[in-house]
Amino acid sequence: MTTIDGVSIFPMISLLIFVVFFIVITFMVWKMKKEEVTELENLPLEKKENS
Amino acid sequence: MVTEKFSYDNKIVKLFAYATVIWGITGMLVGLIIALQLAFPEFFNDYLGFSFLSFGRLRPLHTNAVIFAFVGNGIFTGYYYSLQRLLKTRMWSDIMSYLHFYGWQFIIVCAVATLPFGITTGKEYAELEWWIDILIAGIWVVWGWNMFATILVRRVKHLYVAIWFYIATFVTVAMLHIFNSFELPVSFMKSYSWYAGVQDALVQWWYGHNAVAFFLTTPYLGLMYYFIPKAANRPVYSYRLSIIHFWALIFLYIWAGPHHLLYTSLPDWAQSLGVVFSIMLIAPSWGGMLNGLLTLRGAWDRVRDDVMLKFMVVALTCYGMATFEGPLLSLKNVNVISHFTDWTIAHVHVGGLGWNGMFTFGLLYWLFPRIYRTKLYSTKLANQHFWIATLGIILYAIPMYIAGFMQGLMWQDFLPDGTLVNKEFLSTVDALKPYYMLRSLGGLLYLTGAILMFYNLIKTAKSGSLLANEEDEAIVLRDKNVKSTNEYWHRTIERKPIQFMVISIIVVAIGGLFEIIPTLIVKSNVPTISSVKPYTALELEGRDLYIREGCYNCHSQMVRPLRFETVRYGEYSKSGEFVYDHPFQWGSKRTGPDLAREGGLRSNFWHFQHMIRPKDLSPGSIMPAYTWMNEDDLNLDLTEKKINAMRTLGVPYPERYAAIAVSDLKKQALVIATDIVSNIPGQKLSESQKQEKINSIVNKEIIAMIAYLQRLGTDIKPKTSKK
Repeated sequence: MTTIDGVSIFPMISLLIFVVFFIVITFMVWKMKKEEVTELENLPLEKKENS
Repeated sequence: MVTEKFSYDNKIVKLFAYATVIWGITGMLVGLIIALQLAFPEFFNDYLGFSFLSFGRLRPLHTNAVIFAFVGNGIFTGYYYSLQRLLKTRMWSDIMSYLHFYGWQFIIVCAVATLPFGITTGKEYAELEWWIDILIAGIWVVWGWNMFATILVRRVKHLYVAIWFYIATFVTVAMLHIFNSFELPVSFMKSYSWYAGVQDALVQWWYGHNAVAFFLTTPYLGLMYYFIPKAANRPVYSYRLSIIHFWALIFLYIWAGPHHLLYTSLPDWAQSLGVVFSIMLIAPSWGGMLNGLLTLRGAWDRVRDDVMLKFMVVALTCYGMATFEGPLLSLKNVNVISHFTDWTIAHVHVGGLGWNGMFTFGLLYWLFPRIYRTKLYSTKLANQHFWIATLGIILYAIPMYIAGFMQGLMWQDFLPDGTLVNKEFLSTVDALKPYYMLRSLGGLLYLTGAILMFYNLIKTAKSGSLLANEEDEAIVLRDKNVKSTNEYWHRTIERKPIQFMVISIIVVAIGGLFEIIPTLIVKSNVPTISSVKPYTALELEGRDLYIREGCYNCHSQMVRPLRFETVRYGEYSKSGEFVYDHPFQWGSKRTGPDLAREGGLRSNFWHFQHMIRPKDLSPGSIMPAYTWMNEDDLNLDLTEKKINAMRTLGVPYPERYAAIAVSDLKKQALVIATDIVSNIPGQKLSESQKQEKINSIVNKEIIAMIAYLQRLGTDIKPKTSKK
């Protein structure tokens, strides 16, 4: 399958997309506020006020 | 603040819960039957040799039943319970909920009514015929539509992480199902895959692997994020981790499919891509598992008393083991031993019995007392179920690990003179029989546990009464779509389900596009081999019988480029050999030997006898006897249509071949039948007796089957040069 020119670019692109994506998500999660997290993680538990 | 009263629909939860148990027991029972067939083949051949009970036909029923019927209904049970409560609203449309329920059960009934009768597309876990595929797509849309409509009328602002997993499940399974099910109908009960050979294999395992990911994993992770905090009465260990878990998991999973095709004719770059992403998958998988387990930190004492938590802890542990093992199995040096052996079977059952099964049991024990407003009938019985099921998993998995590892190594064993130690494939099968028996015992225990649970749940239901509509109230939200100050983009999309869905589609589509598009568009990707010609009409009919009987469940058609493979089977398989194979039949398990180079190895007479009574020629063989193929006439009604369908799919038959297909078929059948009769040893037949014998077999299915088997792998001889 080396017949496709520059086929090695596919794995490289895919890895790159993932790494960038992962960094963005991690950064975003890191920037979340404590109150937000508390509010969100309590959603399944009963009798909390709506938010 | 204005509050609104509304009610949750518990009846739909109840219906799915019962369906889960009933189909679960059915699927496990079918699994036990096929496990016993491998352990006691003589008994089944002698007393239960019906076509609809043969291994190749029942194994797809088992896999489809446990995946789509047991786990499928399990998903929807937990989903309908959790979604309504997480969104503080009833389902948007009751009609759609019930259409979803009855539609899904109807699909399962269709599967039960087709698969044992050989109506199959011949692609693993996607065996259902084209019209059932369309039904599945329709019902799937009903489910998704109702989900999104419910999300839009919610009374909370944000979507909890469980719901993201449900959304990802919906969009990805839809995408996988549609792309893998492109097929050209020949008749109501027969179709051909749109793709051929390598392309078909890649699409199939992109589907197959992600069916595991997005049907057996993501929806259950969604359930985990709801029910474990619920049961432990504390929030999830880390909500931040759950966000990373979600995106990393769905992103990585979609690329990993090619690890099912290591050392095959699949392009190397695609194989490597599959391996790299499979290894990376450990991180999100374990992140999710630990997030679930650590939710119980400080509440471990409750695991001792709460039977539901016991099941959940074992489920998560099994999930951890299976997701650690998965990446290991995708390493080429491990895969070379494990692939085509029972090791894979052990691996999927740690996931299936351990993760999905145990989680579902825990879920049901938790749900029934709540929707029936009562206590569990017998905690003691549930505890017994827990131990029986755990023991069942151990007794299932350990013998299969040993069997797989042992057989994998036996295939590779060489003598100092360079010949194989186990020249006969069969000698590696004989060694496995005790393990097949132990495995059946494990399966029996697991099934017994499920039956105990059924009894316990019915008794629980009888002791209470169903709270069909559970009242609740919530504040009316007027600003659920309003952006609050300093909001990060992820918070924004968490409020907006449609945008969320679009992003999920993009994330999962990237993997699919990068993997499949190069193979689909670059023609040079599959080098054509000039000597590879389309099947004759008789061989094509034989191939359809091969698919009908589910031969691919036990026989591969893929010689890997490894010394121990080429010494045993012959020249390794080239991608160009499969260009006319709609669908591909590479298989994933060698309960019997590889057949890629079967053509010409043995006489027609050998095959004739072997199909009818395998153990006469191969003592100790565990292959079913296909007596009906010698009794039933080959159906020629569709032959012409089949050739035309193949032409539509691009198989280069001469223009007028369809019209003469039947007469060509009969000519070839006569040659084979004559050859068989002339080679019956030790019999002096007169010309008329001979003619009579030929006439009695020439129209039978078995002749077509032999024609196909004799064709396999004969297109290229070792020295054939590629064009």
